[in-house]
Amino acid sequence: MTDILTQQTKRKRRISLPPAFRTPLAITGAALVLFWLLVMAFAPLIAPADPLAQAFERLQPPSAEHLFGTDQVGRDVLSRVIYGSRISLPLSIGLVLASMIVGGTLGAIAGYFGKAVDEIIMRLADLVFAFPTIILAMVITAALGPNLTNAVIAMLIVSWPAYARVTRSLVVSARQQEYVVAGRLLGAGAFTSLRRDVLPNVLSPVFVLAMLDVGTAILLLSGLSFLGLGAVPPTPDWGAMVAGGVEQFSSWWIAAFPGLAIFTVVMAFNFIGDSLRDSLDPHTQDAVQGRAM
Amino acid sequence: MTERSARRGIPPFVRYVGVRLGLTVLLMFGVTLVTFTLTNLVPADPVQAALGEQAAADPEIVAKFRAEQGLDQPLPVQYVTYLGNVLQGDLGTSTQTRQPVATELADAFPATIELAVAAIVFSAFIGVGLGLWAAMKHRKFTDQVIRVISLIGLSWPTFWLALVVYYIFFFVLGIFPGSGRLDPAVIPPPHITGLYTVDSLLAGQWGTFWDAVNHLVMPASVLALYTIGLLTRFARSAVLEVLDMDYVKAAKAKGLPPRTVTFGYVLRAALVPIITVLGLAFGSLLSGTVLVEKVYSWHGIGEYSFAAATRLDLPAIMGVGLVVGFVYIGLNFLVDLLYGAIDPRVRVS
Amino acid sequence: MVDTQNRADRQGLSVRGLTVSIHGKPIIRGIDLDLVPGKITGLAGESGSGKSMTGLAMLGLLPDGSKTGGEILFDGRNLLECDEREYGKLRGARIAMVFQDPTASLHPMLTIGRQLTDHLRVHTGMSKRDAMAKALETLERVKVPDPATALKKYPHQFSGGQLQRVAIAVAIICEPEILIADEPTTALDVTVQAGVLRLLQQLCDELGIAVVLITHDLGVMSSLAERISVMRGGEIVEEGPRYEVLRRPQHTYTRSLVEALPNHEPFLEGAVESAESRPEVGS
Repeated sequence: MTDILTQQTKRKRRISLPPAFRTPLAITGAALVLFWLLVMAFAPLIAPADPLAQAFERLQPPSAEHLFGTDQVGRDVLSRVIYGSRISLPLSIGLVLASMIVGGTLGAIAGYFGKAVDEIIMRLADLVFAFPTIILAMVITAALGPNLTNAVIAMLIVSWPAYARVTRSLVVSARQQEYVVAGRLLGAGAFTSLRRDVLPNVLSPVFVLAMLDVGTAILLLSGLSFLGLGAVPPTPDWGAMVAGGVEQFSSWWIAAFPGLAIFTVVMAFNFIGDSLRDSLDPHTQDAVQGRAM
Repeated sequence: MTERSARRGIPPFVRYVGVRLGLTVLLMFGVTLVTFTLTNLVPADPVQAALGEQAAADPEIVAKFRAEQGLDQPLPVQYVTYLGNVLQGDLGTSTQTRQPVATELADAFPATIELAVAAIVFSAFIGVGLGLWAAMKHRKFTDQVIRVISLIGLSWPTFWLALVVYYIFFFVLGIFPGSGRLDPAVIPPPHITGLYTVDSLLAGQWGTFWDAVNHLVMPASVLALYTIGLLTRFARSAVLEVLDMDYVKAAKAKGLPPRTVTFGYVLRAALVPIITVLGLAFGSLLSGTVLVEKVYSWHGIGEYSFAAATRLDLPAIMGVGLVVGFVYIGLNFLVDLLYGAIDPRVRVS
Repeated sequence: MVDTQNRADRQGLSVRGLTVSIHGKPIIRGIDLDLVPGKITGLAGESGSGKSMTGLAMLGLLPDGSKTGGEILFDGRNLLECDEREYGKLRGARIAMVFQDPTASLHPMLTIGRQLTDHLRVHTGMSKRDAMAKALETLERVKVPDPATALKKYPHQFSGGQLQRVAIAVAIICEPEILIADEPTTALDVTVQAGVLRLLQQLCDELGIAVVLITHDLGVMSSLAERISVMRGGEIVEEGPRYEVLRRPQHTYTRSLVEALPNHEPFLEGAVESAESRPEVGS
């Protein structure tokens, strides 16, 4: 007769979607993300002017003609903000996907095979973690040459370890589960075992991490652009626009609106990510490092 | 008797400290390796950057320069030279100011430390407090509100917040002074630590002290906002985990008053992960100074980095990376030591 | 804290028609239970039977969203009507609990001495020195070796069995009248279980405490409890003196519990023959 219920983690055949996602927080976040994705997709149709055209009177405050005013060389700020979404969003989402793949793979390999491979990968991760995020990204971008591509490369280098660490610890604990051992005993090869048995349990937390990370990536990218290390003018990147606004301080609209854009997008992803995390497991261990501002 | 002395091993705490110290030193070497590799990754020719175009056109001067700088040596040798320089405090010369990077960084250091410490202390109390409160009121209204606040705090781009706060509180409202660490009319206190607040207190200069604090408020608050968001979130989950533990239930079953349970049992257990986050948060703060100091004309490492970054002053950038890396690693080592102080499982066998 | 001279004053606790529901879901559906000073009462059942909740209900430590009905009578009043402040005075001082896993129920970062004395000092106002003296005395009573050094140690430095003794010490140090032991030996090695059980018996006799032993393990129950209540699905399906219940289980559920014991034959010797053992009726 039993008594103590043995904990049997079922082998997950599919990745289950989180239940009860319908909190106001999540809905707000999803709506905002949707809004910006639409803006990004339909930018040429929505923007009143060419973002690069220095066609208008300079430093005009917001008015009926120029809802967000014009900047110091006469470009329409609204159009630039709209087009800016075409840089920040795809790059950040792409970056997160790449980090997830690279970091996740490395972490899974480290966790599954252990020993020397594990050591090497984890020491590399430690090395990245030895620096505060923006500083390292700044240093790498500066060394490689300040442009958008190098900024993204720098961000990738800075981001993969977090995923590696999370994946690794999840893999290590999943690997010891009974069904995995059983699978190996039945003759499954290492990679098959990894893919079929271990990975499905690992993907959910990593996915939550990724969602929260998009916001961080956007902040990092715009931060680098703000420093002049990412997008170079005249590209309408939000961070670079805010930097432009620093000089023209009394023309507050030049920096205000791009900043607001960054804020709303990041907030949207944070809302979604946090709701996901909460509905999946309120006590999920946050293995993520404190990230960039 | 010999058996007893043979069994007297190294006390576990000492061993723990030793291991952490070893790893710390190794990491520091790693950091120098990273900066060295990146320096050599630079596509631009250092010769040209240092000498200027005309001189770089003359092969003799170039050859001499390269020999002087040791650029004709194989890379491992260059690394050793580099390492030697770093250990002696030579971080190269800024291509912009032509001053030794090490000196400039040393001058800028105290300002940033003052800012970062003010911000971290402020955010530690508020962040941990809010996180604790939210966890205790799990799933109730307070919890939801605090969650949203912390998410908003995490979403503000720091550089933008710096501008917004500056604009509103200085430009428009004029509540706080705008730039610098002190009013132009005020003389800095006698230099002991380089921290104006501390030094003015030590010298008994109350007026200067208040001026320094006044100037600290805006930049420190801006930096603190993100950190508060971070800390609230982590403190909340750390406390939630602890609340599930049997020892909390057992503490209540003993009839201990709620305040004792919350602070003596719950918070104490949650402190370990919270301190980890504080260390990370400090790293975040250091990063943030790069974005914030410029706006407030705060002459610290952040402002220096910003200038170096925008002008691609590579020796300066690398110097910043190195120094900040060292500071951060050192800080994490201190955090590890702090674990030992708090968690007896680490310190006692 | 009760004046230990006046054992005769010690009282038990009675549960009458207790119902507990959590978020609307009924967990305990009306049970009666009597705890008698100096005697051990057993509450047996599987996980989910509601037995642990019964213990928590006595202490007023039910989770959020719980609704209770019925009575828990102690010291002339219904505990279910007490507010937090009143409960605070009772917990630890007059009603105490020992939890299943001592490595989890003791705080890892506080010394044993501190964990023994903090609630003692809250309930009695003793000075630190007096409290430590009493802690030492209590550790001796539960037979923890080298108690003086033990006071300064941390939980992780003890073995499972010793740590549970410490947990028991924490529970009895204020000389409570009621002790709730929730699976006290389940997390321990088989080899040390007997020792801890013997200790519980001893303390019950010496201190005149009314003990309720909550466990799924009838084997443990059989060696200690004087009366056994069997709980299932929030209800008590059988109650009686120990050997009656074990040897002549009336309820089929109880029977199956007994039969599941590895060495149940001695218990069921005098029982009604089960269908299987009846000889085939040949023609």
